[in-house]
Amino acid sequence: MEPHGTPTGAMREITDRALDTAVSAGADYADVRVVRRVEESVTVRTGRVESIASDESEGVGVRVFAYGAWGFAATHRYDADAIDRAAAEAVRLAKGAAPSLRRRVSLAERPRAYGTYATPVREDPFALPLEVKVADLLDADAALAVPGVVSTASTYAAQREWKTFAATDGSLTEQVFTHVGAGIEAHAVKGSEHQRRSYPEARGGRWQQAGYEFIRELDLKGNAARCGGEAVALLTAPPCPEGPATVVIDPSQLYLQIHESCGHATELDRVFGAEASYAGTSFLTAGLLDSRFRYGSDLVTLVADATVPGGPGSFGWDDEGVAAQRTTLVENGILTGYLTSRDTAPRIGRESGGAVRAESWNRLPLVRMTNVNLVPVPGMSLQDIVADTDDGLYLTQNRSWSIDDRRWNFQFGTEIAYEIKGGRLGRILRNPVYSGITPEFWRSCDAVADERSYVMYGNPNCAKGLPPQCVQVGHGTSGARFRGVRMGAGR
Amino acid sequence: MNLERYADRVLETARRHGATDAEVSVEARVAALTRFANSEIHQSVAEDTVRVTLRYVHGRRYGMAATGRLDDAALESLVERASANARSTAESDDWPGLPEPGPIPEVTGAYAASTGEATAERRVETVREVVAAADAAGVAAFGSFTTGAVTTAVISTRGVRAVQTRSDAWLVTVHMSPGGGTGYAETCAVDVADVDGAALGREAAGKARADDHAVDLAPGEYPVVLEEYAVVDLLAKLGRCGFNALAAQEGQSFAAPGLRVASDLVTVWDDGTDPAGLPTAFDHEGVGKERVSLIDRGRCVGLVHDTRTAARAGIRSTGHALPAPNPVGPLPTNMFMAPGASTREELVGRLDRGLLVTRFYYTNPVNPKRGIVTGVTRDGVFLVEHGEIVSPVRDLRFSVSYLDVLRGVAAVGKERKTLRGWYGGVSVLGDITVPAVLVDSFRFSG
Repeated sequence: MEPHGTPTGAMREITDRALDTAVSAGADYADVRVVRRVEESVTVRTGRVESIASDESEGVGVRVFAYGAWGFAATHRYDADAIDRAAAEAVRLAKGAAPSLRRRVSLAERPRAYGTYATPVREDPFALPLEVKVADLLDADAALAVPGVVSTASTYAAQREWKTFAATDGSLTEQVFTHVGAGIEAHAVKGSEHQRRSYPEARGGRWQQAGYEFIRELDLKGNAARCGGEAVALLTAPPCPEGPATVVIDPSQLYLQIHESCGHATELDRVFGAEASYAGTSFLTAGLLDSRFRYGSDLVTLVADATVPGGPGSFGWDDEGVAAQRTTLVENGILTGYLTSRDTAPRIGRESGGAVRAESWNRLPLVRMTNVNLVPVPGMSLQDIVADTDDGLYLTQNRSWSIDDRRWNFQFGTEIAYEIKGGRLGRILRNPVYSGITPEFWRSCDAVADERSYVMYGNPNCAKGLPPQCVQVGHGTSGARFRGVRMGAGR
Repeated sequence: MNLERYADRVLETARRHGATDAEVSVEARVAALTRFANSEIHQSVAEDTVRVTLRYVHGRRYGMAATGRLDDAALESLVERASANARSTAESDDWPGLPEPGPIPEVTGAYAASTGEATAERRVETVREVVAAADAAGVAAFGSFTTGAVTTAVISTRGVRAVQTRSDAWLVTVHMSPGGGTGYAETCAVDVADVDGAALGREAAGKARADDHAVDLAPGEYPVVLEEYAVVDLLAKLGRCGFNALAAQEGQSFAAPGLRVASDLVTVWDDGTDPAGLPTAFDHEGVGKERVSLIDRGRCVGLVHDTRTAARAGIRSTGHALPAPNPVGPLPTNMFMAPGASTREELVGRLDRGLLVTRFYYTNPVNPKRGIVTGVTRDGVFLVEHGEIVSPVRDLRFSVSYLDVLRGVAAVGKERKTLRGWYGGVSVLGDITVPAVLVDSFRFSG
């Protein structure tokens, strides 16, 4: 949805106070976020409602640029004293950090941010009776329980966040985000063999910025029996063969490959070392931009797009007041950009790409993925690609993941592999694992499916920073084929 | 802040709404962090947060709600939401009821005012020590220094009334050398005075310099010495996947009574009351922490429980509940591994041709039932020949069963480190105390 509308200014008393106090205390620039967030969740485990929970959080985060350094302080209280203390503390923290600086920080300019944004919602999840959501989940969970399934887990959750952003340059935005997610999973065990099948995604399900209509469209119940049956069948399926193979990767796995090996790798704060002690750095050093580094094959174009309607990582403005935009990260295989902030973009001679967000009011905004997507290539559907593959594997649904601190050396496991013989999907194979080196892997891509199989996956638990922060990010992909991928190491 | 007052008010409101039972957990945290990269401070943050969680019980129905505010309207709304959640579900035949009051151990040394009241200047001073050590070695420092205190009150209509305040100081640093080497050092402590920035800075700097100009090594099986920073990951992963009673009850754990999962030299337990770690007297249900033996001389002996898993097993909770709602199950949050008799030099000296590994990174279970984990090494791997370090080695990937690794433990270090490990990346204040180990064989896949 396009940003529009006029802010109400309902939080003006708080934001003005925070900004005024920060400036009085010595800030050259300050911004403030007032955030209220509500969440609800239902968890069903093996046919029983395990928990129905609701949560709310509310507070104020003040970020200042003073004495050439950043400072940030947050409080859960709205009274004038608390706001003053937080603003003054942020300035004090910046002043304390300033003597350590060895490099002058400069901020990319941006237009004054002003307006409103809201997630398009057709069926408000918070207005729907809880009984309906519980019943839907119980129905889906019950359908998972085919013979041989020993345990199931089904989850539904919704989040709504009201965020007011104001800054000393007169910026004022008001945004309302609604995210929903759901998923089901079946577990089967035989001896030391444990298998899981999930739909549309394990670990909390698939998420979207939408209303409950998205949950209905997932059709959890309609996919449950297949999930349960495959979990059981995998117990006795042949192990996935090891060695080089042609693999066609379903969007349910490829989205995480994009997330780990492109999304994180192009975060410019990582490139400059800000996350070195925790999340790591990146092999995509800034100098590679000028040298037109070949990240992938000609078919690989990756974009960071915060303007996608419904994308989990979409917004009107980021948490620095930079408007949502589409940034090309990799174009026809060549590295062309990064995810950037106001203080990192100038270091590569660019304007901010608007990729800065915080988990909540009590966290410092960081460079984060928005929706990092693999652009579909017209010509072949995902089915066409399978039909075009004489001998290979079809990998679907992530099960395990690991990548090194430079985003270079990765290993992923999927829940299931289907053999491809003569262009047709065949028997199922258990415990598929593949590994590789990021640019070698993306350069081996020789087919990207067209938009018919394009789907937006969401990762609601993308962790980064200290204290750790989780934000919603999105990854759109249609699936793709890769040659000579190293299978194995998962026994 | 008198948290009990807020908790009592919520309980009273819940009773008025018709709750047959209720439990309130209030957690107030004040924390600050100074983060540095390229030897300069780039993030300096502070927060003051509170979270009130209510478990509302109506017969055999229950629901929960939480809020981050303490005003009257928020607390009233909290009860209304939890009540609505409880009434929206069917009666449960699996609801164990709220825990009855039980003994809560006396815990000393859980809080130090020097940490709870640590100033930004105090953190900056320590960071300067870390950076000075990096400067002296010609390397750059990247890391963070966190100080904070958390007060928790758990009060229920069953009579549980538990309150404690804990503090923690946690310093992590990665040093990077122009020659490509990286080094790591970490510590956590109740008292910020126990965090020696200069020593940690020197440790990481020395490792980074030694790691310069690393060479490729062929994948394969090598005997290894795993430093404490690596061993902590073994215990964290096995604790979560194996010694968690929910995983065991759902058939997803390797753990079974008497099963050999490690060599005779390995003994592991969880003890929230031991002041060598970050002590805690009770869990998030207000149940007193019990010392739970997990591995005794190589054999599985116990699991950690919360009230729900304990009821299914017909026993009492061991005091390992996490904050509700908790889909993960109970976790051992204060693990200890028994020390051995070997110095670090003796461990390394026993390697005829093997590797010294500083730590593991981005590890994730591939097959929890078999303890198979994949990950990579980080911040210093060294080829050792005839007991002497001969060369740094580039990082390697592995996919191994951590159980096989523990079964291969041939010697255990006498010194131990207390580290946050996996708990550094989550909101639960946990820690793990471990020695270094010598392992007969560890397979690297490249």
